[in-house]
Amino acid sequence: MNPAPASAALALGDDALLLSHRLGEWAGHAPVLEEELALANIALDLLGQARVLLSLVGDEDELAYLREERAFRNLQLVEQPRGDFAHTIARQLYFSSYQRLLYEELAQGDTAIAELASKAVKEVDYHRDHAEHWTLRLGDGTAESHQRMQQALDALWRYTGEAFEPIEGLTVNWATLRARWTDRITTVLRQATLTVPSGPQSGSWAAGGGRQGVQTEPFGRMLAEMQHLHRSHPGATW
Amino acid sequence: MSTADWPLWEVFVRSRRGLSHTHAGSLHAPDATMALRNARDLYTRRSEGISVWVVPSAEITASSPDEKDSYFEPAADKPYRHPTFYEIPEGVRHL
Repeated sequence: MNPAPASAALALGDDALLLSHRLGEWAGHAPVLEEELALANIALDLLGQARVLLSLVGDEDELAYLREERAFRNLQLVEQPRGDFAHTIARQLYFSSYQRLLYEELAQGDTAIAELASKAVKEVDYHRDHAEHWTLRLGDGTAESHQRMQQALDALWRYTGEAFEPIEGLTVNWATLRARWTDRITTVLRQATLTVPSGPQSGSWAAGGGRQGVQTEPFGRMLAEMQHLHRSHPGATW
Repeated sequence: MSTADWPLWEVFVRSRRGLSHTHAGSLHAPDATMALRNARDLYTRRSEGISVWVVPSAEITASSPDEKDSYFEPAADKPYRHPTFYEIPEGVRHL
């Protein structure tokens, strides 16, 4: 097995870590108990992926809890506040569809990332299924759920283009990945009576730069919450 | 959104080593598809099962606790209904 490219493991690991944290924020706040468990489950799956990926780079705790903002390489999509339930589902739809396709492709390789990807692709399959089913129900539900879901999809759309910027060290056909992603999203949104957002995904007026360590405003606050315990009590254990 | 609007479902899980689905608990869900997913998250997250059923609780017809006596008590004093009066032949170990 070839060693995994560290830059790629860091990018994918940070995606998983930060989305896991955002999903974990629903604990105690989800609309219903059943959904709280579902989101927490997904968060734990992602945390497991993050642990494996960050361990390929260095000490997982140090990377998660002692890095400064500019040292993270995640997509800006995953650091956005959880918003209302529709925002969380819209992000899950965008991200898990992306991660599912990416992992499927990475699983073909022969690095340590491939090993993780071939295992994680099954759990991500479920994450995507969860997001798609909720998209259908919110989009084709009540007038309010439809409107909120559409707003959420529109609001997060500008963060999606960044996902298809090549990651150093990964051999992936990014154009094909993007086309497959767009197909899948379009099909689900049509079925849910929702409109595929028409705004820009890249270029000016779109987000980007997360993979280069440029993060958005909510990131700092989130990182403070995520890291303060470890920083106040270094080396604390259960 | 409130669970008050969502029907209750009974969950049956078939464990890795079991032959039959066993009642695991209940949950709220808007429809059968989501009930199945919720059941997966609530009752099989520590790899308890390999198959899950969900059944609308409203579809279950149950015996009433008031009828307990007439239903079940008559069986209590009729030991001859139990197959306990056979001699077990020597050498049969797994009976």
